[in-house]
Amino acid sequence: MSESLVSVRDVSKRYVKGKERVEVLHSLDLEVPAGDFLALMGPSGSGKTTLLNLIGGLDTPSSGTISIGGDRIDQMSSAQLARWRARNVGFIFQFYNLLPVLTAQRNVELPLLLTKLGASERKRRALTALKVVGLEDRAKHYPRELSGGQEQRVAIARAFVSDPTLLLADEPTGDLDRETADEVLDLLQILNREHGKTIIMVTHDPRAADHAKRTVHLDKGSLVDQAAA
Amino acid sequence: MNTLHLVRKNLGRKKVRTLFTGLSIVIAFLLFGLLGALRNSFTLGVELAGADRLITVHKVSLVQLLPISYLRNIQSTEGVDKVAHFTWFGGYYQDPKQQFFAAPTDPEMLFEVYSEWKIVDGSLDAWQRNRTGMLIGQSMATINGWKVGDRLPIGSTIYAQSDGNRSWEFTVEAIFSDGADGANEQALYFHYDYFDEARQFGQGQVGWYVTKVADPDTSEEVARAIDIQFANSAAETKTSTEKGWVQGFAQQFGNIGLIVTSILGAVFFTMLLVAGNTMAQSVRERTSELAVLKTLGFSDARVMRMVLYESLMLAVVAGGIGLLLSVVMAGGMRAAVSQFLPGFAINSDTLLTGVGLIILLGLITGLLPALSAMRLNVVTALARR
Ligand SMILES: Nc1ncnc2c1ncn2[C@@H]1O[C@H](COP(=O)(O)OP(=O)(O)OP(=O)(O)O)[C@@H](O)[C@H]1O
Ligand SMILES: [Mg+2]
Repeated sequence: MSESLVSVRDVSKRYVKGKERVEVLHSLDLEVPAGDFLALMGPSGSGKTTLLNLIGGLDTPSSGTISIGGDRIDQMSSAQLARWRARNVGFIFQFYNLLPVLTAQRNVELPLLLTKLGASERKRRALTALKVVGLEDRAKHYPRELSGGQEQRVAIARAFVSDPTLLLADEPTGDLDRETADEVLDLLQILNREHGKTIIMVTHDPRAADHAKRTVHLDKGSLVDQAAA
Repeated sequence: MNTLHLVRKNLGRKKVRTLFTGLSIVIAFLLFGLLGALRNSFTLGVELAGADRLITVHKVSLVQLLPISYLRNIQSTEGVDKVAHFTWFGGYYQDPKQQFFAAPTDPEMLFEVYSEWKIVDGSLDAWQRNRTGMLIGQSMATINGWKVGDRLPIGSTIYAQSDGNRSWEFTVEAIFSDGADGANEQALYFHYDYFDEARQFGQGQVGWYVTKVADPDTSEEVARAIDIQFANSAAETKTSTEKGWVQGFAQQFGNIGLIVTSILGAVFFTMLLVAGNTMAQSVRERTSELAVLKTLGFSDARVMRMVLYESLMLAVVAGGIGLLLSVVMAGGMRAAVSQFLPGFAINSDTLLTGVGLIILLGLITGLLPALSAMRLNVVTALARR
């Protein structure tokens, strides 16, 4: 495999609540090469979301280093992280998290507001992204007018519209039925294979994990095994 | 799309709530404008009243008349430059309920005392020569559509002619402008000599005297000197400056400035609570949306600004409509109330204060929600759902 895009080294994450200290991740190491499609599995509460948030620069580790494409994101300030996220990472959530007041096209366009692109170019790119997920005819629809699967596809379009190298998905099919879930997973696969996106996907569903190139298991804050799929 | 689009859409998410909050802001600033106009009217009257003019009325009450013979006494009082006299006519045109200021006076003396007035149509000379001619103010002419040469029946609620007829016919000979804000233009003057001969009763008496003093600094002494001459007579007088007179008149209504300011203060405070609550609620409802924006890379500062824009937009649009409405309404009411509230208008000071308050309202009501949006922690906000 090519060299690592994501490099998590000796990372611990502790939460302090009053006198209690909960260590959610223990000296965790994880390398994800560019172009990988990694499924992250594990029981509830094992720390999957926590790890994903750290890799996506939404949170910072208590100790250890995280570098993404050579950027040491564990040392960035929150303003730096915001800027870094806008350029390098796209998030996909279990509950889609589209803004209800915006149409599909404008939801997709949202991350582009942080770029220097002009209005017409932003619109063009948003429509292109919608075309990739097969929803160009739904551009003017509001989230409430879309099915769950369609909403998730819009959310995926929003995640890659600004062309980040890394896509992070937290149980993207957790709220979808089998068939719709497969459509979404196929879409992620296309993004991985044809558009070269590196994807890390948290999932509880072994069949979803089958779409990934490999799967790692997290248990009580440590990686258990790292078998190639 | 741009950030403003999103801000606008967010305001529209709870349309009824935004509408009601907006409406209360509209009404608050409408009230602000109209009360401001009212306050202006009271302070303006005081400011415009000449310090060099004295008004002499009957000591007992305004409605009691004074002998015309006092004219000579006042004229010869030391420090007096010019004198004119007036009598309340209770004038109206067609509808007795719509009274206006109409007074018989001496056509020569009037312009000696009010020397700043200018004839804008017709001729002063023509009016002075025509015993049944009248002089009207420009705003009175405009409102009623009266022109020079019009012959009009002017009714009186007080005086009948010797034949019992309460309708008096006068011809418009001249139209004047007061050279200031028009506060004195809702007025109609005609010849005292003609009036005195024709009226059924009250011959040889006038309502009040207006005196122009030679040196405004001596106003107080001149006023005292006038009153002393008539002390212990059948008709004692009370003389005060025109300014003091207007002020005393205004004070019958209490301290208008203070009242207006207190009302507006209470209204503004209420607005803070209403709009502040709307904003706080609206931000609390979309905690997870704000968190999503942050995951997309919107910085804390940017998210904070967006919330502030939202409260500002609400305040500016609604407050702006309110102010605009107040200007339109004050303009419409101006003519109708000009006799009682001269200078009833929203001046630029009031407008600027209004704009300042609108921005302040927007900033204050948005501040707390904006700060909490800024501090919002993405990880906990997303986990909370
Ligand atoms: N902000 C926090 N403060 C304290 N403890 C936290 C916080 N966030 C997460 N935890 C704890 O960390 C542990 C791991 O949480 P995390 O959300 O990463 O689990 P997960 O593997 O994603 O679980 P699930 O499959 O249910 O989503 C849990 O025990 C959780 O209670
Ligand atoms: Mg989780």
